[in-house]
Amino acid sequence: MSETESFEPKIIAYVCNWCTYLGADLAGTNRLEYPANVRIVRLPCTGRIDFNLIIKAFEMGGDAVLISGCHPGDCHYTAGNYHARRRWMLFRQLLEAVGIETERVQFTWISAAEGKKWQKVVEELTEKTRTLGPYVGYREVCEANG
Amino acid sequence: MIATLRDTCRQLLRDGKVDVVIGYGQDPVGQAFSLSDSTQAKCLGNDRDGPVFPVFIQRPEDVEQLVWNDRCHANLTVYLKRPEIRALGRPAIVVKGCDQRALVVLEKESQLDRSQIYVIGMACDGMCRPKCETCDVHEPRGADVIIGKSASNMTAISADQRYATINAFLARSSSERLAYWRQELARCVKCYACRQVCPMCYCPRCIVDKNRPQVISTSATLKGNFAWHITRAFHLAARCVGCEECTRVCPMGIDLRLLNLSLAQAAEENFAFRAGDDPQAEPVVGSYALQDKESFIQ
Repeated sequence: MSETESFEPKIIAYVCNWCTYLGADLAGTNRLEYPANVRIVRLPCTGRIDFNLIIKAFEMGGDAVLISGCHPGDCHYTAGNYHARRRWMLFRQLLEAVGIETERVQFTWISAAEGKKWQKVVEELTEKTRTLGPYVGYREVCEANG
Repeated sequence: MIATLRDTCRQLLRDGKVDVVIGYGQDPVGQAFSLSDSTQAKCLGNDRDGPVFPVFIQRPEDVEQLVWNDRCHANLTVYLKRPEIRALGRPAIVVKGCDQRALVVLEKESQLDRSQIYVIGMACDGMCRPKCETCDVHEPRGADVIIGKSASNMTAISADQRYATINAFLARSSSERLAYWRQELARCVKCYACRQVCPMCYCPRCIVDKNRPQVISTSATLKGNFAWHITRAFHLAARCVGCEECTRVCPMGIDLRLLNLSLAQAAEENFAFRAGDDPQAEPVVGSYALQDKESFIQ
């Protein structure tokens, strides 16, 4: 049991500059506490989040990936999140086919005013990843022969 | 059928309607292979007719090189992207029902001007490939001329039949699937034949050839192979027409169509979209709808 307790999940969060990043910022200025397991990578828009970034996160030892941006209709660039949503709908199926655990990839919409939601999402995902345990599947494959 | 095909092509070239016919040919002048009889028997089995090659016919008298048989499985539309073929002038191209779908996607993506291409559609009852089992286009749509008549009564193929292979695969557990790909992709030598043969892979510079930044590890290790095959499949998402050329040419026999099928299934289930089916439909990737429905975004 002590092993699972000492396991601290590494979560990579790809967030959009205009909504979720500001939401996380708001959580900070409001002094809301949330687990330090999340590493935030700020990108201009969810539409910019290349699927290779998700793969890369797992390659490099991430246990879960969080992807978050503006709610539908709120994109700073009008439609970036709509394009992203379509791509994820397809990409999830490819992850399934390849055998990468989709429960470790979480998508959310968090606006600049939702510091509270950011806190909740990060807390929940950290807890969930803690239960799932370290993600060795894909990393092991990548480290297999160089 | 072959006589009609040859006559059509001869006429097209004579009238100057096209400059080159891209078709299937058989060892053009009997010299493509100068193999001894024994080697030939060993390499080509007992198939005395030998393999079928793509031919690029520019003179009316050469149309005799054209053949049509059950070994014409290659998708010739891939040659339309090649600069050296484009340099030959206005093409006529021999297509089957499945190949014609590639033309639809390429046109939608502004990769070709349909009015500058003469499309010779061949009625086809299957080429004994896996894709033929669930084929529902035995006579190419939107061709300038259709040669022959399909004997199969175009029975509608249900989505269940179309995706039976992938559904069976997805029924395994996710760790089993990963283990499967681990075993398969370990064989990949990164020859990129899957990319070269794909009509949809027309980028002048592929992402794997870019090294600033190097997104995909170039070595043929599992890490690089997974990254490459995931990228390849996803760049074809909702664009792949299922010609299965990638799988046919893979020298390592990796069943790449599974990845393509999974994305085709996602496109059909979520967006009722099949690549190359409807020339009017907007491409799935590159457009969006406000009412797109998903269940996984919180």
